[in-house]
Amino acid sequence: MSDIIEVGNVPSTKNQYVTVRIAGQLFGLPIDAVHEVFVPEHVTRVPLAPKEVQGVLNLRGRIVTTIDLRQLLGLPPQDSDRKMAVGIEYKSESFGLIIDEVGEVLSLDEATREPCPPNLDPRWAELVEGVHRVSGELLLVLDVQASLAGVTAALAA
Amino acid sequence: MDELLREFLTETNESLDVADAELVKFEREPNNAGILNNIFRLVHTIKGTCGFIGLPRLATLAHAAETLMDKFRQGMPVTPQAVSLVLQTIDRIKEILQKLEASEGKEPEGSDSDLISLLEAMAAGGGAAPAEPQVTAGTLVPQVLERPLLPGEVPLDELERAFRETEVEIEVAKPAKAKGRGKKASVEEVPAEAKAVVEPAPSEPVKGAPAKSEPAKPAEEAAAASSSSANNLSNQSIRVNLGVLEHLMTMVSELVLTRNQLMEIARRQEDSDFKISLQRLSTVTAELQEGVMRTRMQPIGHAWQKLPRIVRDLAQDLGKHIELEMIGADTELDRQVLDLIKDPLTHMVRNSADHGLEGPDDRRAAGKSEKGNIRLSAFHEGGHIIIEITDDGRGLNTDRIREKALENHLATEAELAKMTDAQIHRFVFHAGFSTAEKVTNVSGRGVGMDVVRSNIELIGGNVDVRSQQGKGSTFVIKIPLTLAIVPALIVEVAQERFAIPQLAVVELVRIQPGSEHKVERIKDAPVLRLRDKLLPIVHLGHLLGRVSEAEEKELQSGFIAVMQVGNQTFGVIVDRVFHTEEIVVKPMSSMLRHIGMFSGSTILGDGTVIMIIDPNGVAQNAATTVDAALSEAAAEIAGQLDGIDAAVSMLLFRAGSAEPKAVPLSLVTRLEEFEVDKVEYSNGRPILHYRGALIPLVYADQMMEPKREGTQPMLVFSDNGHTMGLVVGEIVDIVEERLEIELPSDMPGMLGSAVLGGKATEVLDVAYFLAQAFGDRITEPEGNSAGRVLFVDANPFYRNMVQPMLRGAGYQVVACESSEDALEMLAGGERFDIVMADVDQPGPDGRTFAEAVRAIPGLEHMALMAVSGSATPSAHERSRMSGFDGCVGKLDRAGLIAALRSVETHYGEAA
Repeated sequence: MSDIIEVGNVPSTKNQYVTVRIAGQLFGLPIDAVHEVFVPEHVTRVPLAPKEVQGVLNLRGRIVTTIDLRQLLGLPPQDSDRKMAVGIEYKSESFGLIIDEVGEVLSLDEATREPCPPNLDPRWAELVEGVHRVSGELLLVLDVQASLAGVTAALAA
Repeated sequence: MDELLREFLTETNESLDVADAELVKFEREPNNAGILNNIFRLVHTIKGTCGFIGLPRLATLAHAAETLMDKFRQGMPVTPQAVSLVLQTIDRIKEILQKLEASEGKEPEGSDSDLISLLEAMAAGGGAAPAEPQVTAGTLVPQVLERPLLPGEVPLDELERAFRETEVEIEVAKPAKAKGRGKKASVEEVPAEAKAVVEPAPSEPVKGAPAKSEPAKPAEEAAAASSSSANNLSNQSIRVNLGVLEHLMTMVSELVLTRNQLMEIARRQEDSDFKISLQRLSTVTAELQEGVMRTRMQPIGHAWQKLPRIVRDLAQDLGKHIELEMIGADTELDRQVLDLIKDPLTHMVRNSADHGLEGPDDRRAAGKSEKGNIRLSAFHEGGHIIIEITDDGRGLNTDRIREKALENHLATEAELAKMTDAQIHRFVFHAGFSTAEKVTNVSGRGVGMDVVRSNIELIGGNVDVRSQQGKGSTFVIKIPLTLAIVPALIVEVAQERFAIPQLAVVELVRIQPGSEHKVERIKDAPVLRLRDKLLPIVHLGHLLGRVSEAEEKELQSGFIAVMQVGNQTFGVIVDRVFHTEEIVVKPMSSMLRHIGMFSGSTILGDGTVIMIIDPNGVAQNAATTVDAALSEAAAEIAGQLDGIDAAVSMLLFRAGSAEPKAVPLSLVTRLEEFEVDKVEYSNGRPILHYRGALIPLVYADQMMEPKREGTQPMLVFSDNGHTMGLVVGEIVDIVEERLEIELPSDMPGMLGSAVLGGKATEVLDVAYFLAQAFGDRITEPEGNSAGRVLFVDANPFYRNMVQPMLRGAGYQVVACESSEDALEMLAGGERFDIVMADVDQPGPDGRTFAEAVRAIPGLEHMALMAVSGSATPSAHERSRMSGFDGCVGKLDRAGLIAALRSVETHYGEAA
């Protein structure tokens, strides 16, 4: 929990995104949703938990449930140990989304956002709100609420 | 919702609860001006604030209620109908408030004209009815009814009367002072002061001087009391958002954690400056933690607030007279626990009022006062809070419960016959159990007490009942003070740590190859045999999906935490047990709640998060896996137990060698553990300070290695006022078996070997160890000996066992091997008070021996006691016939001594 980067909220007419990389793919998380970025350490696995739930950890006295985004997106587990987590709040509980690495904060014009291509993997399509073109790469806007609701919905089913 | 409105809602809800309770009190004491004033002020405040925030519907309703109450103050007789009407109005106000909260501040549509017209009619009708002439009444009524008061306005008539009062009584200067304050304050204060002085007003002009001093006094006192309590409340408490408190709590926990880490670092360094400030930080942190914990505490009275109203309504419905007494309402407990016991408590009070208390006729017939009494009391007891609900009603009907239990197949007739009344009474906590003959709308539907019990057990509490037919019953609830911090056992399963709430853990049993305890299997279900009871076993790792079934079967060693949840006892296998720790329970994410095995999570001292095992969840799983196998096993065990006759309880322990050792349990005075570093040495012998005396310690085996640290178990023996500790390695078990020494031993301190629990066990000679501890002293007769006993037994084992036992009770004992020796001794002039002899020994039979003893001149009245390995009735009768005074079991310490004492007195009387 050493590298905590507190993300400030710069007022802008554009949408700001925290970019993260999962399995090489660039994702953007709406900056309002992101509370902090931290290195997940001492994660306690929870027996019988849904497979998307990686475990629980202690983040400055708060218990944070970590969600493995790779698992959620149906990607193979990561081989390297270097992981990062994005801290978010959902229904007044703390969650950490485990990702491969954190990039920067980008301001993107709402107008340039395009809808998801219809041939996108349906699992992804549920979690992605739209696509931005950023310096020769595609940035997928991740719907944080939908991601977490996805885990909960899977439980109910 | 706007902040002002939110505050209004909480405040008003509280005021209404108070008004509820006060009204019930008022109905009983219609002449208590203090109570009336209090209610009046509450309703008035509500009205004032409603007008202020713009809630016309509420304001009108409150106003109508206020008018009626004003009538009471003017001397209108208080009728139950009128009070019911006001209570109804309060209910309506509550209803509106609820809708208001739901709709985020929009007053719901609707009309209260029905209630208002009733209130007005009551006020008008009641106002005219009283015979008491009231000078002011006529002019005041139209004034009040003409228009609703504006916020901050004081009813004219009050002002007028207050004004008039100041002329009469000089000391009433307070209203003026109150008016001097801010506008909002004057709304509350002025009527409060005014009403206090109003009371005597109507009577004065009429009755004149003689009546003046009397009614004035209580009113003044009430005024003083109400104003001072109002001041205290407003000055000394503030409202804090719960979220703020929770956050504070989290932060303090984190602070404690950081402190612990710092302390750990400091331990490794030698910097003293650093240490002193750290020490200070540590104390401050601890105090801070305690303080924050205390903010969560609330008096239990909060949970009781609604009860007077409920009891009053019930009493009216049922036609009973009920008095509700509440003691210890300021006893504090955690807010969370408080919320959870509210419903069970209400239910139990309803039950007492409906089932417990009889109607007035029945009560009169039973010679009790017509008014039934329900008493609620709460107090602290060792980290728990005890709540008792007592009624002086008819008590539980034991016969009826017994019948019901049979009907519902909860127990067999044979089982019921053996049960005490208290055990039978506990059936009321079973599901679907109601003995009420008719179902009322209050209770009797058979859902209730079992729900109460499960709700209370859910928060780690328990409930019990004491009842006496015709006298009443008492329900006792015991609950923990807080759920936020619980002592827990930290265990490890498959390299992961978990916390088990200690409340659920009864004991820990270690299993390893070659030990007494091992996991056995019936079909596929693992069980543990513990003190002749069969315990279903579940592997925690298996339940949590961490250990496969194959691995589980190979399990050789580990620990079993014996857990009790409700009436279910089972063992949970874990790999390791670390220690116990006070853990702060943190809620679990909603994504994990469905698992059912965990009740929350916590952060350990080293910062890692671990899951808290939910004993209820484990119990449910345990129940499904082992239920069937268990009934089979129980039958098997029962069969085995039947085969044992004349069993002796032996205490098994280990010392030095791996083979178990044993002593008869009846000889052991106490089992203790002592701190190894507390042992002192005198003359090179170990001694221990124990219960205010120094006692010698003797090691049960020379080969035994004394422990260097920690605690060590010992068996405490008392002999003739001397106490010694026999130090052992570990206490293994207590078995009840027929004792047959098969291989007598020549080893000092050993009587021989016997097979106990299916294993060869060395049986210790306690007398040898006593002699070791005290040297010769033990054989010296003490001056104040209780009597001299001649003990005749051919078996050296029993001679060795019984001697120290009797000496421990203060008797001098001479033992001899055969009846011939005994007779020789007696004939030789040796004086004994009692002769105890084994009737089943070789040589002359009991009768011949007894006759021979009594034939000796001077011993015609000698007390003779037969002892036997078993004290079965047949042997008992036999001994009587053969001239003995009684018969007891040899190793039944208590029975032996009691028999000795009785024979002694008998003998004394005869002589």
